[in-house]
Amino acid sequence: MMKQQIFTIIENKPLTGSMYRLRLGGNTSAITAPGQFVNIKLDGKFLRRPISVCDRSGSMLTLIYKTVGSGTEQLSRMKKGEQLDLLTGLGNGYNLTPSGDRPLLIGGGAGVPPLFGLADELLSKGCKVTAILGFNTAEEIFYADEFRMLGAETYITTVDGSAGIKGFVTDAMKDLDYTYFYTCGPEPMLKAVYRAAKTDGQFSFEKRMGCGFGACMGCSCRTISGSKRICKEGPVLEKGEILWED
Amino acid sequence: MGRLSVNLCGIELDNPIIPASGTFGYGYEFAELYDINVLGSFSCKGTTLQPRFGNKTPRIAEAPSGMLNSVGLQNPGVDAVISEELPKLAECFRKPMIANVSGFSIEEYAAVCEKLGKEPQVGWLEVNISCPNVHGGGMSFGTDPEMAAAVTKAVKAVTNKPVIMKLSPNVTDITAVARACEDAGADGLSLINTLMAMRIDLRTRKPLLANVTGGLSGPAVFPVALRMVWQVTHAVSIPVIGMGGISCAEDVLEMMMAGAAAVEIGAANLTDPFVCPKIIAELPAVMDRYGINELRDLK
Repeated sequence: MMKQQIFTIIENKPLTGSMYRLRLGGNTSAITAPGQFVNIKLDGKFLRRPISVCDRSGSMLTLIYKTVGSGTEQLSRMKKGEQLDLLTGLGNGYNLTPSGDRPLLIGGGAGVPPLFGLADELLSKGCKVTAILGFNTAEEIFYADEFRMLGAETYITTVDGSAGIKGFVTDAMKDLDYTYFYTCGPEPMLKAVYRAAKTDGQFSFEKRMGCGFGACMGCSCRTISGSKRICKEGPVLEKGEILWED
Repeated sequence: MGRLSVNLCGIELDNPIIPASGTFGYGYEFAELYDINVLGSFSCKGTTLQPRFGNKTPRIAEAPSGMLNSVGLQNPGVDAVISEELPKLAECFRKPMIANVSGFSIEEYAAVCEKLGKEPQVGWLEVNISCPNVHGGGMSFGTDPEMAAAVTKAVKAVTNKPVIMKLSPNVTDITAVARACEDAGADGLSLINTLMAMRIDLRTRKPLLANVTGGLSGPAVFPVALRMVWQVTHAVSIPVIGMGGISCAEDVLEMMMAGAAAVEIGAANLTDPFVCPKIIAELPAVMDRYGINELRDLK
């Protein structure tokens, strides 16, 4: 159930040139699954900004966001101690049940953060977790060490070959053996993963949203089982229900 | 009757606060957040004869003090609304609701109104002749007084429920359309729908909305809406629901001082899902501040 809550900034620091980690203190009880998101009110902006949850433990919420426009840039300038109005517990999140014992996590760029909380929960469940984290260049890499410290076998890919495997996440998928997969990243990457995957899996999608909680029909998409709202029935869809547009 | 009660086309409302069509679904999902019986009423998602997926995404864009949408009347179609949505609503809402209806022909408007008008939960029909986001229908009926009158007559002929025509601000003279609806037998009017607008993405140099244009709503449009409500309430004698950018109790009073019998709250629900109960709770104190004993006195 969605909750509206005030959170206090504990930390807001750059991880790379455009990725920031925001740590917030407050009531996280509405968050029930990895892959859910929060919707952040910013002074002077009408629409809230939806950001996926990276991790939460007790009263601390970790969000990792990319500065892509004036809203997220404004967010990046906020300081420790300032307060934010959040809608929490939004979206369905990943379903851990079908993971099998060797799930593969595939993240691209700003799509990496929600997989961190997922990796943590899958490892707690006793799974052997493998993660592929894809970036354009070595400078863009973040959280590789954090995934390794959790205990996930972690592969890095970069498009320019400046770190890890040269190429795309699908180049790293080829030789891996896995029981199921979970992915989040830009849509071209999701499409490539869809084609390359050897098992069933779950995809987390991003769309421009109005409300973030199912009221406005701004983020609808077609699926095998009818239209779904990315903010409410999503953002996570199962491989078998996806209909790619155009 | 309480201090906040108002009358809308012969039906008493506990208060004038009505979530606007397209920002409140079919109501029951908001009932998970608060008791929606605190509302005066609510207007359901615009319903058409056939199911509609709506426009391509992106359908939403930010604007200064507001937002653009080009949803394009996504809805499951009138038969599914009656068989699936209204029963879910009946479990959580005891008051009459406003059924918002859209169409692509006069016959379609009449067919949907005839079906929804028979539903006991429906108190009023709000006929949307002002959607800026669909082609070959919607707003084209609301920008021509003769067409607006023809839709009004066709709908009035198939239902005994009060018919409220929802007007477009995208016209030169909104009072001409308002008078045409009144002369054709409309029981009430609601205004304004969204203002046609667009945004361009500086990086891609292309329109932000897949539909190119969309409808602007939010606080940015409030003064425009207020002006039009004032003009219309001075031109007709049927009740008017005022809407457009209302986001606080003060806005409600201002809109009612312009002549509105009740108000709809739209975009504000999307950024604060609890805005309607907040406004209802705040109204008495704000009325005290401005020396208003009963809202009915503002008319």
